Amino acid sequence: MELFIQLTLTGLTNGAILALAALGFVLIYKASDVINFAQGEFLLIGGYVVYGMVAQFGLAWPLGMLITIAIAIGLGAVVERLVLRPLIGEPIISVIMVTIGLSSLLKAIVSTIWGNQPKAFPPFIPSTPVNIMGATIGADRLWAIVIAIVMLGLFTFFFRRSKEGIAMRAVADDQQAALSMGISVKKIFAWAWSIAAISASIGGALVANIVGVSQELSHFGLRVFPVVILGGLDSIPGAIVGGIIIGLLETYTGGYVGHGLNQVAPFAILILILMVRPYGLFGQEIIERV
Amino acid sequence: MNSGIFHSTYKADMGLRHTFHEKLRWVIFGILMLVFPFFADRYYLTLANQIGIATIGAIGLNILVGYTGQISLGQGGFMAVGAYAAAILTINMGMPWWASTIIACLVTAIVGALFGIPSLRLKGLYLAIATLASQEIILWVVTHWDAVTGGVDALVVPAPMLFGINMSTDFNFYWLVWALAGVTALLTANLFRTHFGRAFIAIRDQDIAAEVMGINLFKYKLLSFATSSFFVGMAGALTAHYRSIVTWERFTIDVSVLYLAMIIIGGLGSVRGSFYGAAFMTLLPAILSNVGRALKSSLPIVDSILPFIQQAAFGLVIILFLVFEPEGLNKMWKNIKDYFRLWPFSY
Repeated sequence: MELFIQLTLTGLTNGAILALAALGFVLIYKASDVINFAQGEFLLIGGYVVYGMVAQFGLAWPLGMLITIAIAIGLGAVVERLVLRPLIGEPIISVIMVTIGLSSLLKAIVSTIWGNQPKAFPPFIPSTPVNIMGATIGADRLWAIVIAIVMLGLFTFFFRRSKEGIAMRAVADDQQAALSMGISVKKIFAWAWSIAAISASIGGALVANIVGVSQELSHFGLRVFPVVILGGLDSIPGAIVGGIIIGLLETYTGGYVGHGLNQVAPFAILILILMVRPYGLFGQEIIERV
Repeated sequence: MNSGIFHSTYKADMGLRHTFHEKLRWVIFGILMLVFPFFADRYYLTLANQIGIATIGAIGLNILVGYTGQISLGQGGFMAVGAYAAAILTINMGMPWWASTIIACLVTAIVGALFGIPSLRLKGLYLAIATLASQEIILWVVTHWDAVTGGVDALVVPAPMLFGINMSTDFNFYWLVWALAGVTALLTANLFRTHFGRAFIAIRDQDIAAEVMGINLFKYKLLSFATSSFFVGMAGALTAHYRSIVTWERFTIDVSVLYLAMIIIGGLGSVRGSFYGAAFMTLLPAILSNVGRALKSSLPIVDSILPFIQQAAFGLVIILFLVFEPEGLNKMWKNIKDYFRLWPFSY
């Protein structure tokens, strides 16, 4: 029983982090129909920039976080303008490949600046162990859940209430109709990439806080795929629910079965979902069947 | 004054090679390839062999992605199947290398068709994600099925012998791999002159229209996965016999990405594009490391960041090609030829 609670807690926190990484992914897909294979590298950059600001420049971490967010906005906008915009209307394989190329480039830039040795991260959230029903878990992991929930709330509010959010949904729905209503599609795409980069940076900083900064952070880029497919590629609640389900699945299979099954189980589930229900739990049923 | 190449007979239209210049270029290329190994040293022979293996793999992937339009991120996994099948058959069952290579190709074709089943319901980016999952699953099986694959440890493959000659030396392997690459290229080029190949292309262009015209999507998509995987498995098996060491690290998702990059940079849906791309992506890191070594004395920092420069160049090349010449090197070569053919009236 104790193991079960321990695994559940760890799974929930892992899921929350996965959900944060998946949020930006879903956002980009929702606004521009682009699958971003560089999402993991956005996390990587977020983690390393916070590390650089706090550990190397010695800034207070709220300030460091703000600067990181500013950098993320710039990065998102630059990437959208220079890389993605020329590819509007190109076949899907080009768009997939360009984000893969981007991921390679971003990873190389990070390695050139910071090297590829893992680094200890100065914790901005203390990892004091908390005892819940006989299981112990670091406070920083619990914070990850809180932050994921807050982000979910913010995003939902943004999409339901704010003018930009509604415009973004309009663009996702029908670009031409959105254009004729006076919405600048280009601006919306830039917005989507910037916001995705922000959420990834926050996620990266959180993960870095828990496990330290290293190139491993970019592995999240691949781990979000089962999450977003399970939740539905264009659904924000889906990213959260999917993240938590996959997080739990990973820890349960890792804890009870072992043999590294936790690495592959999400992908087996992924194929299963794609075969049965390709639009996921909450996604829109617009997938074209062959 | 020609404004292009036009065919006035069916025979010319169906021909593999069209113009005199094209045939002449092939003869020159063939002579260069035949003479090359006698003048090249080991380093260049190794590079040439790598390009040969990559060409076979890239042609295989191009059948699936470029011609049939099914995006696959599972190339690394399928190569792993080929390499491990060849290695295990040779080590455990004492098969001669050529027999294990053929069986490995067939095994990979079956595995490829199996993982191609999701393609019957999925397309575009959903299929890409599904093949990404198959890549992860295959690699997991390889690293965890200790009894057969040796898990994370490397398998050591005995040297391939043919009539008492060791085929895995750089010089001997050159002939083997380029002969196979030539056969692969010829088979593939001819495949797309048969109804099978044309069915693949029809599926790429419009799958629903293809089905309406009587193409059995189920059959042809799986056939495409199987044909493609056959050659990919060949590339994997050849890697196993050439390197004589098989480890899972050689077949990660990075390999899938590398091969996709090859066919995109070379040219999707083109056999010779696969060769251009394979050569380009193999030579790029080699050239960069040579330049880095030359600069080492004057700029010592280059040495330490060289791997990162290679990685950045890899990403940058993909982005630049997709933004500026999405049809790849093959199209660039065509543009150059057209420029001179139409000169001075090219517009």
